[in-house]
Amino acid sequence: MSHKFISIEGIARRFPAGGGGTTTVFEDLWLSMQRGEFTCMIGHSGCGKTTVLNILAGLDAPSAGTVIVDNEAIEGPSLDRAVIFQTHALLPWRTVMGNVAYAVASKWRKWSAARVRERAQKFIDLVGLSGAEGKRPAELSGGMKQRVGIARALSIEPKIMLMDEPFSALDALTRGTLQDEVRRICQETGQTVFMITHDVDEAIYLADRIVLMTNGPGAVIAEIVENPLPKQRARTDIHRHPLYYAVRNHIIDFLVARSKNFAREMRGRHDPRSVPVVRPGAIEPVPLDTNIRRLAGHAGH
Amino acid sequence: MPSSLSLRAAVVSVLMFVAFVLVWHAGTRGGGAVQQMDPEYAKLMGATATQGKSAMPGPLDVSEKIWEHLNRPFYDNGPNDKGVGIQLAYSIARVLTGYLLAVAVAIPIGFLIGMSPLMSRALDPFIQVLKPISPLAWMPLALYTIKDSHLSSIFVIFICSLWPMLINTAFGVASVRREWLNVARTLEVGTLRRAFTIILPAAAPTILTGMRISIGIAWLVIVAAEMLVGGTGIGYFVWNEWNNLSINNVITAILVIGVVGMVLDLVLAKFTRLVTFPE
Repeated sequence: MSHKFISIEGIARRFPAGGGGTTTVFEDLWLSMQRGEFTCMIGHSGCGKTTVLNILAGLDAPSAGTVIVDNEAIEGPSLDRAVIFQTHALLPWRTVMGNVAYAVASKWRKWSAARVRERAQKFIDLVGLSGAEGKRPAELSGGMKQRVGIARALSIEPKIMLMDEPFSALDALTRGTLQDEVRRICQETGQTVFMITHDVDEAIYLADRIVLMTNGPGAVIAEIVENPLPKQRARTDIHRHPLYYAVRNHIIDFLVARSKNFAREMRGRHDPRSVPVVRPGAIEPVPLDTNIRRLAGHAGH
Repeated sequence: MPSSLSLRAAVVSVLMFVAFVLVWHAGTRGGGAVQQMDPEYAKLMGATATQGKSAMPGPLDVSEKIWEHLNRPFYDNGPNDKGVGIQLAYSIARVLTGYLLAVAVAIPIGFLIGMSPLMSRALDPFIQVLKPISPLAWMPLALYTIKDSHLSSIFVIFICSLWPMLINTAFGVASVRREWLNVARTLEVGTLRRAFTIILPAAAPTILTGMRISIGIAWLVIVAAEMLVGGTGIGYFVWNEWNNLSINNVITAILVIGVVGMVLDLVLAKFTRLVTFPE
């Protein structure tokens, strides 16, 4: 088995519910990611996706289990794990430069102001915001704000980037452009990314692996879908790829029907430690002995 | 059309002012009953009795008085006859001293309350009891302990400015958006740096609102406090002119108090705008 860069090991999250009981968001959740991998998590609202992300970020603590990043169990938030928030979470009293520089100065506390600005500028340029350095968040469009969020996250060279539905508040055109940018940047830098999304097409375009989560409470990871599309894919013609609809239909089928009935369907046969990995569109592997028998049958004629 | 709206509003304001002045003038013009009296006796009586003049000064008398004060704001003819400018300077100095002391105490304690749920609960009963006390109720205690009327009035200003700032700071600090705090957490920002770079700017508009409420209350209270302690200040001036039965000066002082209060409020409003950023 390849090296696990990030390993979520049996985490659970429970909240005290009214009347002295507890609500279990999820229980015994296992998932690992490799370095440089782009993982998307998909599931309905309330399945605990954001909780998983917050635990990875260290903003929330699991009720049980641990998360190991680069051989170290995480304890609270860290500069190694940058978060891109759904609501961009820019500081409105700081300019674009100020917001990015704040992150840079937090990572390298002894750097001179000039050096901090230089690095911040590099990432502002990277996300295509050159010229808007002096603007405050209120003067930016939604897409530009999220670009600042991306620049802020990338500027601190995180080991992993955690994105919580980063494009859900954007219009379709802006979303498309930003997806391209994120994909380009992640491929160039070999960034490890964990992203939560509702958008199936976004997941297929961006992710190497798509984690399907069942409905909460008591959500589980049902399957991990390996993206069969080639690494070199473009948003403009991705839908023409012969395997595109196989993946898409598989995920949509899951979201529409199976995510609800998964527990019933499995009836306790689901092993959270070894979640099935599927590769839609690939030829179903047929057990070897049937083939042999079939061959033998042919030979017998 | 905002310009036309403000123009029309200004016209209405002027019309209302003119109407008020006319009514005031008509009401104080005089023409009351004049008694026939011995000329020797008439010399001892005021114009009210001899010419039927109203005891209330009219707008012309008052504007004349204001003009007089504006020309000579800083004269000093001894303890009971100082220019209105000097009296105002005393009051403003007291208000600013007490107010700034309150800022220095309220903002750090407000931060503490806002950041620590424990301290918030622990201090809450004290604040709830102390807050509704009329600031002037502290005056005897202040006079007894401090033994100085000037310092006692500063103390009264301090105590009345404290609460709005304290409560607003605590509220502003406690309600900083979760996501901004999360940004600081993921960037591993330390407590002190977080307080200054995230919480302070995020809570600044709320804190400034508290400061604006406080300066308004302080300016209300200083007049009453100075009436009590006497000596100097615009509040003392009002009371002294009442004792002199110079209604003219009393009205002038009332107008001046209003204008200064408005200026103080405008300054704080300006500061509030400087620290408020839309999202």
